Amino acid sequence: MTIKHNAFAQLVLANVRSYLRQPEAIFWTYGFPFIMVVGLGLAFNSNTEVQSFFTVTREAASHPIVASLQQDERFVIDVLGQDEALERLRRNRTPFVVSVDASGDFEYFFDPTNPGGNAARTVVDDAIQRAAGREDTVRSNDRRTDAPGSRYVDFLVPGLIGMNLMGAGMWGIGFSTVDLRMKNMLKRMVATPMRRGHFLVALVGSRVLFFIPEMFFLLIAAKLLFGVPIAGSYGSVILIALLGSVTFAGVGLLVASRAKTIETISGLMNLVMIPMWLCSGIFFSSERFPEFVQPFIQALPLTQVINALRAVILVGEPLASQASALGILGAWCVVSYLLALRMFRWV
Amino acid sequence: MSNAVRCRQLFKRFESGQKAVDAVNGLDLEVERGECFGLLGPNGAGKTTTVEILEGLIAATSGDVEVLGMRWGTGRDHELRQKLGITLQETRLRDKLSVLETLQMFRSFYADGIEAEEAMALVALEEKSDAWISKLSGGQKQRVAVACALVGNPELVFLDEPTTGLDPQARRQLWDVVTDIKKAGNTIFLTTHYMDEAEKLCDRVAVVDHGKVIATGSPHDLIARLGGEHVIEFSLEVNGDRVVDAESFSSIEGVTKSVEESGRYLLTVSESHRSLPSCLDLLAKRNLQLKSLTTRHVNLDDVFVNLTGRRLRDD
Repeated sequence: MTIKHNAFAQLVLANVRSYLRQPEAIFWTYGFPFIMVVGLGLAFNSNTEVQSFFTVTREAASHPIVASLQQDERFVIDVLGQDEALERLRRNRTPFVVSVDASGDFEYFFDPTNPGGNAARTVVDDAIQRAAGREDTVRSNDRRTDAPGSRYVDFLVPGLIGMNLMGAGMWGIGFSTVDLRMKNMLKRMVATPMRRGHFLVALVGSRVLFFIPEMFFLLIAAKLLFGVPIAGSYGSVILIALLGSVTFAGVGLLVASRAKTIETISGLMNLVMIPMWLCSGIFFSSERFPEFVQPFIQALPLTQVINALRAVILVGEPLASQASALGILGAWCVVSYLLALRMFRWV
Repeated sequence: MSNAVRCRQLFKRFESGQKAVDAVNGLDLEVERGECFGLLGPNGAGKTTTVEILEGLIAATSGDVEVLGMRWGTGRDHELRQKLGITLQETRLRDKLSVLETLQMFRSFYADGIEAEEAMALVALEEKSDAWISKLSGGQKQRVAVACALVGNPELVFLDEPTTGLDPQARRQLWDVVTDIKKAGNTIFLTTHYMDEAEKLCDRVAVVDHGKVIATGSPHDLIARLGGEHVIEFSLEVNGDRVVDAESFSSIEGVTKSVEESGRYLLTVSESHRSLPSCLDLLAKRNLQLKSLTTRHVNLDDVFVNLTGRRLRDD
């Protein structure tokens, strides 16, 4: 049978054409993720060492030890009046304030639940004690791990790919399904002898088709710009991305299975996506969350996609080592499609 | 050979919360093969619900429906859909596909049918072949929708309100298309609230109101049943709260029906030039002042007014 008379081919063609003829859709698929990788990559990949930023009061600044810190390149120091300095601390504009009290002791102001405050306390106090003549009693050596593969930007790229996989799959499928439903196109289609399965597979298939090149575009851009390595096999990366993409398309289809308006679908999408945005480890490791929420976080499909991508891309682990991640994804995939097919509103 | 459409005692109730609406309320229909059948009624009469039940898109609450000798939900739906062509009341086809691409997609769903190019010719849109749907006028979009209904070479074509919202020229172009489909021997089932459309296109009409058929016949028969061919239509200057009963005009020579509908009097007469002078005499004798007066041919709107006391359209 030729393409002209093949229903499945025609459905895929219709989706691909509609998609390619919307320049804004191309931007959100290719342009936006690229800008994110470049922007975040630049922000977290400065070649200079991380400096500590903190504030000292005017009284403290005149102290000879503090004055010596101002010559230290590791520090960026603001000098302010005591009141103003504390006001800044309250508003989170500075993580740490050094002052001198009436008896001449140093006083540290910081929020111990703020990682920046804690870090600054350790570094600044250490510098002050050394300047005052403290000697180290045990020898320690620094081994720096800023080689490609272990920097923040390396960590970030698989996270962004995962995030994009979720966004493209869920929005792509969810939004276009509701759009077709609102325009009465779904009803018009089922009034023909078209097979409903063809329609759904074509919808998902044409989205997945666009995702694979998009992912490679991101990976290659990250490699060329920041030297992010791809340690594992390309085949494994494709397989994980494919399964992830199909799974998120299925979840998107499920979320869109009954929705009749764009407002409903937007709300439902956010409800489903925001927990994964926050918890699945796009920007920082999901293991930082407390122990008791870990079972929930590990059950999220995005967590598994990102973990598997990081293991394969950064560490070069074989696909077999990711069996449990693939299993969890597979379960999400099967369950969402089964439910979506049962609940789907055609007319 | 079976009828194209047959339905008996069709009911459809929509329930939402406490409220229940009987959209279709005991409707009977029979459509012969090869005819153009019209379901004529005002908005909200249950036309679209009826036609969507016949198309197998929604399920009836109760009643028996047979389309081309088959019933929905008996394992032959796919076979039946191969034989139907459908336009919905409102479908927005995909904006970024061309006319040809849209028709090729619809054609691919059918085992047999005509080529997309042929369907385009049937609705006279060949020169728009490569234009995106979003670039077409309302009338052209509607013709593409009709072409989508024709690509499968259907035995029965459903057209739900095919010309609603179109300008007069676009309506006439669409009527030409429907007339051509009719000539090709297809059975057509259309719904409309335009009496001129029903009169022009339909061999037979069922007038529906509140989910029921209240009259069936050819437009000519339905009009003839009023007993005259012309209508004298007038309204009177308001004179205090004196209400003039329509019955008082029924004694005029040649008047077969006399009804009043929101201040307008409609007298059905066989010959206006004979009845009009007597009518004017009567008004003068009773000291009634005319506000407006026209005479015209009887149409299906008059049939509807006679059956229900209301007009088909409010405007």
